[in-house]
Amino acid sequence: MSFRIVVLAKQVPDTRNVGKDAMKADGTVNRAALPAIYNPEDLNALEMALHIKSKMKDAEVIILTMGPPRAAEIIRESIYRGADAGYLITDRKFAGSDTLATSYAVSLAVKKLAPFHLVLSGRQAIDGDTAQVGPQTAEKLNIPQITYAEEVVAVDETQITIKRRLERGIEVVKSSLPALITVHSSASECRPRNAKLLMKHKHARTVTELQEETRDYTELYNKRPYLQIEEWTVADLNADVEMLGLSGSPTKVKKIENVVLQQKETILLTEADKDIESLMKELIGTHIIG
Amino acid sequence: MNNIFVYCEVNEDGLIADVSLELLSKGRKLANDLNIKLEAVVIGDQIQNIENQIYPYGVDVIHLAQDARLFPYTTLPHSSIVVNLFKEEKPEIAIFGATSVGRDLAPRVASALRCGLTADCTSLEIGDHTENKTQKTYKNLLYQIRPAFGGNIIATIINPDTRPQMATVREGVMKLEIFSPNYKGKLKKINLEKLLKEDDFLVEILERHIESQKINIKGAQIIVAGGYGVGTKENFDLLYQLADVIGGEVGASRAAVDAGLVDHARQIGQTGITVRPKLYIACGISGAVQHRAGMDQSAKIISINNDPKAPINKIADYTIIGNVGDILPKMIKYYKENSK
Repeated sequence: MSFRIVVLAKQVPDTRNVGKDAMKADGTVNRAALPAIYNPEDLNALEMALHIKSKMKDAEVIILTMGPPRAAEIIRESIYRGADAGYLITDRKFAGSDTLATSYAVSLAVKKLAPFHLVLSGRQAIDGDTAQVGPQTAEKLNIPQITYAEEVVAVDETQITIKRRLERGIEVVKSSLPALITVHSSASECRPRNAKLLMKHKHARTVTELQEETRDYTELYNKRPYLQIEEWTVADLNADVEMLGLSGSPTKVKKIENVVLQQKETILLTEADKDIESLMKELIGTHIIG
Repeated sequence: MNNIFVYCEVNEDGLIADVSLELLSKGRKLANDLNIKLEAVVIGDQIQNIENQIYPYGVDVIHLAQDARLFPYTTLPHSSIVVNLFKEEKPEIAIFGATSVGRDLAPRVASALRCGLTADCTSLEIGDHTENKTQKTYKNLLYQIRPAFGGNIIATIINPDTRPQMATVREGVMKLEIFSPNYKGKLKKINLEKLLKEDDFLVEILERHIESQKINIKGAQIIVAGGYGVGTKENFDLLYQLADVIGGEVGASRAAVDAGLVDHARQIGQTGITVRPKLYIACGISGAVQHRAGMDQSAKIISINNDPKAPINKIADYTIIGNVGDILPKMIKYYKENSK
């Protein structure tokens, strides 16, 4: 039996490189200024998975991603870097899921891939920074979790030894398998795309994407069936709809406030008490400090 | 209404971590607002006189689990204990530190209890909520306030229907305050015999190296940075003081590092660290392009400089013209008097 590594990866808006353009003047998110990217720490997780695969006799790396149809890009990117296959979890019924509902859906998808030995994911996604889906998925799968992994010290068919990066130090831990590992940004960077894999898989598409294509892929897909990326819906996962989306999410967003004030020019202040006080009052009032 | 629970982290010296004491301080205030009790969960080994350590923060009940296998922290036994305790006690609110431990433990617990959890809250308040569709009103919910979307928005999250309402909070966000030096609660020991199973020890710690403190500029939400214009080490001390009271870190420009005013580990810019905090206070920094490259993505920039023409002012949201030595003490004083 092959050693199966499942990698959870997410497509996210790039919240890091847009600075002041991220929000529009009306306080809504400026999507145009936020390209969709591979969540950075999920790339660290993919690299760790590919590294483990290279250490084992017979291993495979399978990508799971949840999102809208365009998130299939994550699967192609992973395959170009050496992943063996990928599944896109996509359904309108998932919309509005918080971390609990997401981990429920993801855990059902992982179970569909049983028997698996390892589940890897980034520590957190840059759009939410919660770092919750990893541990919550581990709980739903009833397997141990190792968070903030930086390095694989040793691995075999039954156990893994991981160096963890903690806020004030490191820890080396050993766990039995199966286990879920979340990977820290200090782990090795992901390898680049492999040109041969890119050529081989550049026409990989989901069914939804094929419907959008003007070109007829039928013949190509008959010859090269591995190009088909499978999509899993709520029905495929046999999921309880009540535990998904808004109804399955115990957290609700009550209010959103924009903290970026649109400043065209710098506001000049003097060192007079009243200037300093009004500035401090604003910083506290807008939750920037305090 | 049931009570508020704070998970208390135990450090290498058998002491309760500062972040947990801060959460107890906040927990006491929330408990007073709601007229409920504050209960602490303490799990570890060789814990020094726990009652003396935390009763002064206004703790009414300590739930204590002591066992050699429970320190250092590992996920599974701690989560088994907390999940079991919460199933029995049904807390109204449960707060954890947003630390390596709390961010590992809280989601596991929330998943097992199927309740809502909000990470890295910067503020916790009590308030009501009326559901738009049903017009149903929920009284006295925990408002879990946190930055989201790379710090570009502030979201208020609520958990109307599930309990406990869970949140994690980073170190330094809440103020550490003794409630009453002579406060006394009661100690309840958790019976571990039936609770812990062999499966809870599937993960084994082989090695552990923990430093007592580390400079964490990259992760800081607020940075007070100094340049050559700060002038003296004494003035630089003011930067540390301001950073300390508003919960930030001190950074520096290369010129300040080269002048020996501050350690290289704090250097921000092209040859130092790149930062994107929500607030960057540049003190006496002229703003060479190399420095700006490391900080110009900050959400909000305040420049304090006696040169109105300093290049940094062009990317600053606010520019205060004046001396660092005069202005920082005023900011510190105002914050101390007016923050919650």
